[in-house]
Amino acid sequence: MKQRSVGLKAVSLLSMLFLYGPIVVLVLYSFNAAHLSMAWRGATLKWYAALVHDEALLAATANSLFIALVSTIGATGLGGLIALGMEQMSHRRQQLLEGSLVLPLVIPEVMMGVALMLLFVMFKMPLGLTTVILGHIVFNIPLVTIMIRTRLRKLDPLLREAAADLGADSWQVFRYVSLPLLRPAIWGAVLVAFTVSLDDFLVTFFTAGPGATTLPLKVYSMIKSGVTPEINALSALLLVVSMMCVAGSLYLQRREV
Amino acid sequence: MRRSDPSPSMATFSTSPVIASGQSLPSTSPTIDIRAIVRRHGSVAAVDHVSFQVQRGEFFSILGPSGAGKTSVLRMVAGFEDPDEGDVLIDGRSMLGVPPNRRPVNLVFQSYALFPHLTVSENVAFGLRMRRVPGALIDQQVQQALSMVKLIGKEARKPAQLSGGEQQRVALARALVNKPAVVLLDEPLAALDQQLRQAMQVELKSIQEQAGLTCVCVTHHQEEAMMMSDRIAVMHQGRMWQVGTPREVYENPRTLFVSRFLGVSNELPGRLGEVVREAQLFHPADDRLPGFPVRTGPGEVPGRPATWSLRPEQLRMSSERPSVQDPVLPGVIEKVLFAGSETKYLIRVGREHLWEARATGAMQPSFASGDPVFLQWALADGRVFFE
Repeated sequence: MKQRSVGLKAVSLLSMLFLYGPIVVLVLYSFNAAHLSMAWRGATLKWYAALVHDEALLAATANSLFIALVSTIGATGLGGLIALGMEQMSHRRQQLLEGSLVLPLVIPEVMMGVALMLLFVMFKMPLGLTTVILGHIVFNIPLVTIMIRTRLRKLDPLLREAAADLGADSWQVFRYVSLPLLRPAIWGAVLVAFTVSLDDFLVTFFTAGPGATTLPLKVYSMIKSGVTPEINALSALLLVVSMMCVAGSLYLQRREV
Repeated sequence: MRRSDPSPSMATFSTSPVIASGQSLPSTSPTIDIRAIVRRHGSVAAVDHVSFQVQRGEFFSILGPSGAGKTSVLRMVAGFEDPDEGDVLIDGRSMLGVPPNRRPVNLVFQSYALFPHLTVSENVAFGLRMRRVPGALIDQQVQQALSMVKLIGKEARKPAQLSGGEQQRVALARALVNKPAVVLLDEPLAALDQQLRQAMQVELKSIQEQAGLTCVCVTHHQEEAMMMSDRIAVMHQGRMWQVGTPREVYENPRTLFVSRFLGVSNELPGRLGEVVREAQLFHPADDRLPGFPVRTGPGEVPGRPATWSLRPEQLRMSSERPSVQDPVLPGVIEKVLFAGSETKYLIRVGREHLWEARATGAMQPSFASGDPVFLQWALADGRVFFE
């Protein structure tokens, strides 16, 4: 009994190491004073300081944040409406729509990126910020819909009946009962959509044009000329922001009203 | 196909009409007037030509087992469902096609359905806010409602921080603060434990009387219905079988189902025999048992199959054969169940019938299981039901 639990602990420890080891190394070396070397030469924050003075990097950051913000708002609005609309549908239609919603999550992202690019080219849309934002909205809608829908289905339908019984019309039922109860799920979806948009590489890669370079694209282009501690520092920052967003989202989804 | 007569089997000596007037109330037109409503689920009629009226200030209960269609009736009054046939009138106005938010009724849900994100006072204020009542007036009326249900001091709590009994009170306050024409109660006390349930029965009744509320209550709990109601309607398989005061329905059930559902029914199947003086003989199907006189309606045909029934408290037990002229049957005590304030006796009568008798307090005769007893009752107490 004792032995088995020791074995179990070892296995889970190894798995954690396997998962997070590379990330820990990456973050660690963002503090390494040595340039272009895996040898440890003491801790420093100079790479982080260097990021702030890199004009191109700052532009990419601004692009990333703008794209994430706008696409999150768009995806949350549309995805939320889909989730609410689905409640009114027959069970069969709900299943059908649910299936088609999951599809973008399972098809290879490269295909989605290429498909979006072809579509934009077909409509003669110049590739740029707009196309990237549209692309991000497309892959974030299913995420948002599924998250809000999960919460919606947990809501007691009697609450809506109770509100109607107390004189609320359908708008008031939504405004004063459904919406407040969905709020944690909506904020959770916002944070996840924001993170996914911020971190996305493939779809962005195919839909971005000149002037629409995002942070992940910037990292990719910097890597071509070798892995510098500057990249490590940038990645570490992205990582921290993403993890904070995901943690916030998880907290919101677990919290009871 | 209309089957509005809710008495498929005949009562023998009930003289009350189907719709008893109950505590005759002065009001002229009923607050609720349900006219032959039908509600179908596929080919099955969940509610089958149900009609009843509720007077102002009356506590009216619809009693029946689960699946009887009683909740469906309540939902049709509240407006969540519309009848396939018939009409629902509240204060003389037809409610067909009127959505729940425009009906002058409020429902207390079985699960309470309190808004989890709102405090106690916000929950109670909800109906007033939806109707855009001025803020100062809302505060005053919410306080009034909360004091009526004894929840002063808990205004700022969330429903999750309240006990089951307190949640029940919030649900009640949330309905009655709107001063609805009718308060609808769906199994209001079902979620409470036994002791709390009994305390709330008394309290609910006194709130109803104090506020002069008109209530329609749905329940499967016969004791609850009898203790709180001015009138009871017994529902089964989508139909209303009897409507009357608790006493009428308990003492003069019109069908065997009503008799069984409202309490313990000691029964013997058999057939009617010849007429002797003002009574008629009843021959139990169990040939070990002697025939005995029963009261029937005039001109009942001898030989007609019937079931005879008697309430446990109408049964007297003695160890000697009694000399009085009342009907008597022999039996053997099978089990003695001591329940504190009373003792229940299970008595074997004939081959297969197990009857129940009760003895209370100081009058408890001491019988033990295996003792032979003579069972006696007043001729007028027994009732005969036909299939």
